[in-house]
Amino acid sequence: MHDFNLAVILQNPEFRAMLIAGAELTLVVAVLSWLLAMLLALVLLTVRLLPSTLAQRAVAAYVSYHRNVPTLVQLMLWYFGISNLLPQGLQDWLNDHDAEAIFAVIALGLCQAAYFSEDMRSGLRAIPPGQIEAARALGHSYVGAMRYVILPQAIRNAIPALVNHTVSLFKNSSLAMAIGVAEMTHMVREVESRSFRTFEVYTVATVFYLVFSLLLMGAGALLARQYRAAAAR
Amino acid sequence: MLDIAHILRDNWLLLLIGQYPYGPLGGIAATLILSVLGISLAFPLSVALALARLSPWAWLRWPVTGLVYGLRGVPLLLIILWTYFLLPVLIGQTVSGFTTMICTLVVYEACYLSEVVRAGIQALPKGQSEAARSLGHGYVRSLRYVILPQALYNMLPSMLSQFITTIQDTTLGYVINVQELTFAANQINNQLLTQPFQVFFILAVTYFVVCFTLTSLAHLLERRVARRRLGGVAALAPEIVDGVVMPAIRSEVP
Repeated sequence: MHDFNLAVILQNPEFRAMLIAGAELTLVVAVLSWLLAMLLALVLLTVRLLPSTLAQRAVAAYVSYHRNVPTLVQLMLWYFGISNLLPQGLQDWLNDHDAEAIFAVIALGLCQAAYFSEDMRSGLRAIPPGQIEAARALGHSYVGAMRYVILPQAIRNAIPALVNHTVSLFKNSSLAMAIGVAEMTHMVREVESRSFRTFEVYTVATVFYLVFSLLLMGAGALLARQYRAAAAR
Repeated sequence: MLDIAHILRDNWLLLLIGQYPYGPLGGIAATLILSVLGISLAFPLSVALALARLSPWAWLRWPVTGLVYGLRGVPLLLIILWTYFLLPVLIGQTVSGFTTMICTLVVYEACYLSEVVRAGIQALPKGQSEAARSLGHGYVRSLRYVILPQALYNMLPSMLSQFITTIQDTTLGYVINVQELTFAANQINNQLLTQPFQVFFILAVTYFVVCFTLTSLAHLLERRVARRRLGGVAALAPEIVDGVVMPAIRSEVP
């Protein structure tokens, strides 16, 4: 094996540009699918709280599907399968606009929404019913009770799980390479095959993922501590 | 609907066992063998890692904690690529994708499983180990006869969940051409070319059936463990989300 030399990768303008583009796309895909997942999770949570058995069953089925089918398979189903069922006009438009990345965001977002909604639901469920009864008895409306009594506690309960699933969403964005999204892992293999500097390239990628994952975990720990401190007051 | 039946009729054997006996074993069989081997080899390692993280010696605790955090912070896909590259260099001969996948799974799942084991040990009341020690058991014997039997039993449902995660993780073998279920589906898709939705729909349903059965089993087990625990020690095991220990949330208030 040759000597370990990061400079070969980092000082080569072509390789550097490729890796930076990959890192950017990874972050874009992760952020967009996080937003989609959060939005959808709130919708799923609301629907699940409705007093309709049918709606609750539907959400439960949604969650069950997305938790029991591997994320990679969901990505493939969207990119190879569902894309094929769309009307031709839409397919053409998508192919002109980075179809891989769009389907990656959709698949990752829909999948993670199932996890997020479950996290929030177990955060809510952990609050004893006496809380809302007490808030209502004190004269709060349903919305007021939710706003001032229930949700602050529910969010506090849910934060550790939400943060962990955010980290796994970030890591799962690497699966998008399997459908040809030019994100970090994809670029890493590309640079590897051009430079034959496997060790160095993988190190760069590992550091990239590790830094962002640890930042997210750290931010989550800080947030949880702040909420605990706020609750203690 | 008819398309799906046709695809299944023509390719069920490929989905089940791959090209075996004319080629390597693949399909669901390979997926299951990969995950069973991976998790069972990971289990002893995970107990060792958990004990190391709970050890009073900092020189043992810190490196293992670092390793667990490190592996948790990097995508499995990247770890597979690392193993694919490093393993042949380390042992000096070429390694098949299947072996690479098993080695990766053992290390990766052991790291997540160790968090489960650690949570199980920590959830036991301190009195358990104190009582064992004051009865004259040494460290090893108190672990062997008192702590681990209780901790591991309580964590059975979480371990089963980790097994389900492992099954899902084997799909990534596709990237290094391991012959398993996802690979078989892609083979079929490349043959047919015209019915990608049907093929990947079959693939998703197959995984769903396997994992959903196991998930239901995990729920059943969870209720059973909870019932049994109520009768004895009422220790509240913390919830595990993706191998990460959550602070215990009480669902029912007395």
